[in-house]
Amino acid sequence: MNGAAAILKALEMQGVDTIFGHPGGTIMPTYDALYDSPIRHILVRHEQAGVHAATAYARASGRVGVCMATSGPGALNLVTGLQDALMDSTPVVALTGNVPQHLIGTDAFQEADVVGITQPVTKHNFQVRNVNDIPRVIAEAFYIASTGRPGPVLIDFPKDVQQAEFTGSFEVEIDLPGYKPTYKGHPRQIERALEALQKAEKPVLMVGGGAQHAAPEILALAEKTGIPVIPTLMGLGAFPGTHPQCLGMPGMHGSVAANRAIHHADTILAIGLRFDDRVTGKVSRFAPHAHTIIHVDIDPAEIGKLVKTAIPVVGDAKWVAAELAKGAKKLNLSKWWGQLEDWKTKHPFAWKPKPHLQSQEVIQAFWEATQGKAVVTSGVGQHQMFAAQFYKFDKPRSWINSGGLGTMGVGLPFAIGAALARPGELVIDFDGDGSFQMTLQELATLKKHDLNVKIVILNNGFLGMVRQWQDLFHAKRYSEVYLADSNPDFAKLAEAYGIKGITLTDKAKLHETVKEVLAHPGPVLLEARVYHEEGVFPMIPSGGAAEDMIIENPRETVAGD
Amino acid sequence: MRHLVSVLVQDNPGVLQRIAGLIARRGFNIESLAVGRTHQPGLSRISLVVSGDDAVLEQVEKQLNRLIEVIKVTDHSEPHVERELALVKVSIAGMEERLEVKDIAEAFRARIVDVAKKSIIFELTGDSTKVNNFVEAMRPYGLLEVMRTGAVGMSRGEQVLKVREKKAV
Repeated sequence: MNGAAAILKALEMQGVDTIFGHPGGTIMPTYDALYDSPIRHILVRHEQAGVHAATAYARASGRVGVCMATSGPGALNLVTGLQDALMDSTPVVALTGNVPQHLIGTDAFQEADVVGITQPVTKHNFQVRNVNDIPRVIAEAFYIASTGRPGPVLIDFPKDVQQAEFTGSFEVEIDLPGYKPTYKGHPRQIERALEALQKAEKPVLMVGGGAQHAAPEILALAEKTGIPVIPTLMGLGAFPGTHPQCLGMPGMHGSVAANRAIHHADTILAIGLRFDDRVTGKVSRFAPHAHTIIHVDIDPAEIGKLVKTAIPVVGDAKWVAAELAKGAKKLNLSKWWGQLEDWKTKHPFAWKPKPHLQSQEVIQAFWEATQGKAVVTSGVGQHQMFAAQFYKFDKPRSWINSGGLGTMGVGLPFAIGAALARPGELVIDFDGDGSFQMTLQELATLKKHDLNVKIVILNNGFLGMVRQWQDLFHAKRYSEVYLADSNPDFAKLAEAYGIKGITLTDKAKLHETVKEVLAHPGPVLLEARVYHEEGVFPMIPSGGAAEDMIIENPRETVAGD
Repeated sequence: MRHLVSVLVQDNPGVLQRIAGLIARRGFNIESLAVGRTHQPGLSRISLVVSGDDAVLEQVEKQLNRLIEVIKVTDHSEPHVERELALVKVSIAGMEERLEVKDIAEAFRARIVDVAKKSIIFELTGDSTKVNNFVEAMRPYGLLEVMRTGAVGMSRGEQVLKVREKKAV
């Protein structure tokens, strides 16, 4: 057995069944070994899509996603996706080939310092220099990727290591003396958290992406206490979006109720979130009345990094939430809920009816038609925020988007990864005309595997989110955001790949078109031509606070239709 | 506020780059960084000096602890021994100066390790303040070269930086 075969055997032992990748010179021995392996390989058309698909595979399944690339340009194409996975704490293992060891450092053909370059974008990385280390390094990589705060790990294999004769053992022991994640929160801190909750008059429970695996415990805690719940963009689905205690997401494009609740809260219990600036706005003005912030996170470095924490609890969201639920009591929050209900009913996510088709109503129509049962992915931009606002996520792992890095182009590769992770389930990618064009070559991958992915391009002919900011903050100077004069006919583009393409322009045909899309077996691309100057509201301007929230589009009365 | 931090690490290739890179990326300013092997095979020990308030120090420690190869991090706020080694090459114009310089060196317990016609190299160990003072005392004579290792430190008494006992996973 050579090193390459040992790599695949070690991956099999980790339970890997799918690898997203693209071959090239230095990873060829491993591709050769793949020919005889039971592991399924999904050939993507660009390595970036491979790492994104692996990310979505991980987030949709709760397992580790795996991608593979050759050295130099192939490996470098992973960088964006690795940082994306790092920011959103996703377990991914990336395998790269490298030039043979005697050529490392000589600027050989397709050589790059991949270990150096990917250090800041991974949780950890390795270069295997001895063929017999392969099983141990792979075991350590999966362990590091999937435990503690999950994250991406890269393993670099010089070509000669893949070719060398393997004489080692697959019985390995993981020995990482510096890596011991804490899962069980400190009992005294949990006790203090419960005491603080008991005294709270205006508490809120914020849940983030780190609580996706703790949904049942979060629900139990929320229902037992009666506390209002605010799932962040990454936390959508960790608490049912249609639950009466759900206030919607907070932050820049969050709900009025969520943002005002945080602003007026006296106690914040935050589980598995990292207080991103898109959530807090200006930190010094965030939650000014909250005398007690309880922060539960598995990564000690997140606690106290941005907001002042009164009660830190280092531990796993699932474990800590279960302990809190066990000890919690019903709170008397009728006065608080009176206020919250008022905000909820007065300011739900909404849009003004227009003669044109609008993104919001397209998403709403899909939500109604699928009864919220689809796995939804999105690109990055206005369509992403509309999807977060108008598709109500009731189940964990049903909303896969790029929260931390805001990576345009992730929608389609995320959808492919999610569809492969969850066979038999419907996947909808809400995408933008700008975002979609960053990775549209993956239509080929979609076609090849005939996955049940419905791509819904909300085409407003603009880089809509940038245009919105230019509108509000740059005196409508629309610098380099107009796409409509050069966008392709998206339906024809899909047809060119052998995928069913539909164009929707007539508002009256929305519901029948949604039915048509969902009824068609296999992939469909729907291009919905939507109102071109829509903005996402509510909005807290960058660096602002909850009080600065713009609830409705200020241009609406001026610009009209 | 100046802090001396000791870090016990697995001495895998690239570990120093990881640590220096992490600290630089997070925007913390490193005043000095010294690294060397320990008595245990596979383990190195790093001393780094950072300045900042308690919040900065706390983040430096937490971020360092996130690195897989970092085994233990300690801030030396307790009584500790701190030393730095410096080589200082001083320009010498004549005999009178030579004697003056030697007197100063004696006061600092600096050793002469090289003597040439127009220069002397001193070797000095001590805490960073002592080295600073020595350098300043030599400045009027003409400093040709100064090479400092950066501070290294160790807690006094029984307190040691060690690998935690293995816990059953």
